Amino acid sequence: MTSAQIEIQIIAALVAMACAIPGVFLVLRKMALITDAISHSILPGIVIGFFITQDLNSPWLILLASLTGVLTVFLVERIQKSGLVKEDTAIGLVFPALFSIGVLLIAKNANDIHLDIDAVLLGEIAFAPFDRIFWNGIDFGPKSLWIILSILVVNLSLLLFFFKELKLSTFDKGLSTALGFSPVVVHYGLMTMASVTTVGAFDAVGAILVVALMIAPAAAAYMLTNDLKKMLLLAVCFGALSAILGYWLAYFLDASIAGSITSVLGLVFLSVYLFAPHKGILSILYRNKQQQIEVSLITFLLHLNNHDEKSERHIKHLNEHINWHKVKSKKVVELAQKNNMIRIENEYISLTEKGKSFTDLAINYIITNDDSKIESIKEDFFLFRG
Amino acid sequence: MNISEYIQLLFTDYTLRTITIGTAILGAVCGMLGSFAVLRKQSLLGDAISHAALPGIAIAFLITGTKDTNILLIGALISGLLGAFWIRQITSKTHLKSDTALGLILSIFFGVGMMLLTFIQKMPNANQAGLDKFLFGQAATLLAKDVWTLGIVSSICLVIVFTFWKEFKILLFDEAYAKTLGFNTQRIDAIITSFIVLAIILGLQTVGVVLMSAMLLAPAAAARQWTNKLSVMVFLAAIFGMFSGIFGTAISASQSNLSTGPVIVLVASVFVVFSFIFSPNRGILFKQIRLSQNRKDLQLNKTLQFMFEIVKTHKNISHPHTIKILNNFQGYTKRTLKKLEDKKYIEVNGQMWSMTKEGYHFSANLYNQDTSQNND
Repeated sequence: MTSAQIEIQIIAALVAMACAIPGVFLVLRKMALITDAISHSILPGIVIGFFITQDLNSPWLILLASLTGVLTVFLVERIQKSGLVKEDTAIGLVFPALFSIGVLLIAKNANDIHLDIDAVLLGEIAFAPFDRIFWNGIDFGPKSLWIILSILVVNLSLLLFFFKELKLSTFDKGLSTALGFSPVVVHYGLMTMASVTTVGAFDAVGAILVVALMIAPAAAAYMLTNDLKKMLLLAVCFGALSAILGYWLAYFLDASIAGSITSVLGLVFLSVYLFAPHKGILSILYRNKQQQIEVSLITFLLHLNNHDEKSERHIKHLNEHINWHKVKSKKVVELAQKNNMIRIENEYISLTEKGKSFTDLAINYIITNDDSKIESIKEDFFLFRG
Repeated sequence: MNISEYIQLLFTDYTLRTITIGTAILGAVCGMLGSFAVLRKQSLLGDAISHAALPGIAIAFLITGTKDTNILLIGALISGLLGAFWIRQITSKTHLKSDTALGLILSIFFGVGMMLLTFIQKMPNANQAGLDKFLFGQAATLLAKDVWTLGIVSSICLVIVFTFWKEFKILLFDEAYAKTLGFNTQRIDAIITSFIVLAIILGLQTVGVVLMSAMLLAPAAAARQWTNKLSVMVFLAAIFGMFSGIFGTAISASQSNLSTGPVIVLVASVFVVFSFIFSPNRGILFKQIRLSQNRKDLQLNKTLQFMFEIVKTHKNISHPHTIKILNNFQGYTKRTLKKLEDKKYIEVNGQMWSMTKEGYHFSANLYNQDTSQNND
């Protein structure tokens, strides 16, 4: 690895980490799409800033562009409040207009400006190591490294100082207002943080992929935990990991680094989406199936409890009367036997002591409308689950 | 180039005519279908789908190796539908909300698409130039054959919208009622959504992936301000969309270095801003005027009520009083006095005023809303 490669990876990882922090809160506050709006509409801010400063890494440009981002949020909210259109339409109207202005400004001044459309969409992280800071002739590393590092530090310290306020206003707006934290201040604070981060990341990964860096790690982390601290930590880790893996993917495919980072983020999300322990799709499907069998089992046991007559307790009866498939009835009977709930003598089924006490309890809960408690007695009685 | 020259050019220049017709048709069909998207609160679904179409274009190129627009657009259609399907699955199966799902699909699909595009660009057998026209669109690449495709698909959309008009309408405004009437709402929903996806895909070549959603939203949002009637809204949206296309093409053709897509979007945005401000019923300007009118009327009524309180204590209601006693009342100005006089509620005589019979009756009933016979 050359030093430029290492530097690119560090910058990418820092960008991803800086984005993940506001991203978590935006996802939790159901405002994920506002990042899409911000990331597009800062473009005219960046272009105009560039005309003034002639330096893509100037702090003034970052400030100006961030201001455009906050302005977008403000504009979207004003349109929403006017009641002329619905909330999502307001977002969808504001950012394409601003983005178009930015694109046209670039196209019109293509000769004087060192920004092209590709850079807008993809960023130019590959060139980041060439723009370095020299001070007294000493090389201090790439400029964008320092910029994104300072944004990350600011984000982290804001997070540490205002963790309680952010957490409270995210989960219980009413309570936080009652306790005297102004929701407006927290909201616009967060929006400013998101804007500054977006502008910082824009240079590296471009307008649209910033959205992925903000939302995808947070969404993946949210699939795994409900604890805010863990979610933040996971999101930051996912972001950094995807950034580094994405770099190597780009290296082997000879494709855009930002695009590859996003693709890895997509893979990370997809695998969490499928395999997450409690909320993943496979686990949901498995649980649904388990519950189906268990409901059948309880129905079967209750049936046995209800009927003393032999004709209702014959093993063939399951197929005929309750109308289950052979496979399913076999599964249910096996499960009941494993759990020591039933006894089979001469093809006639009867409840064991344990089965009896289980069904009595269950009936008790059903007639008192406490169906939900059956779930907890399952824990006590079932050694093997469906 | 002035306008008459441009119009002349429009009839003589083949390319310009093709492009103008193409963008006009596109604008009209997007406006028409966009109305449904806006009313169904699916505005940003369009944004997500248009971005999600990008990897489809790249993969279609990788597999077939052709640059035939129709094949690339079929790829776009497939990946757009895939994105739409995944969004729906995320929101229905997990606890992630629709905004997260939309943002996620939008950015990830787009990222994959960009990775593939850059990968294609570096491939050795590179006849790939022109794939990135789908990012911001290049109306200049519209051929007569593309315009025909556009026209045919648009006509199909038009026929479908006319055929299912009643079903679409009832689904938009009262889904539960539609269900009780026995309509298969899921199927109607699927039809609307797939036609919205189709409109998006059609626009990719002209407006591009990034700005396509605005093409769908802006004419519809503008049309919404002028009417509360669905048929009028759809019609107006189509008109707005068409003129955005025509004007956008004209502006970008008259200047160098102006890509058509962003210009069309900006023209459409101008329509939106104009409608937001100047529409008679919902517009900000008239709303503000009505608001200040109401405020003035209230002020006037307050003054009248104050006068009434004074007059009430006298036997003769027309007994004159000095204007001075009104001085410590806030709502009173010379103008309000003049206005009240114009309405014949009071008579002013030098420094004195007196209430007329009409004014007495009006102000006596001011707060029990029985002002009908005196109110103008």
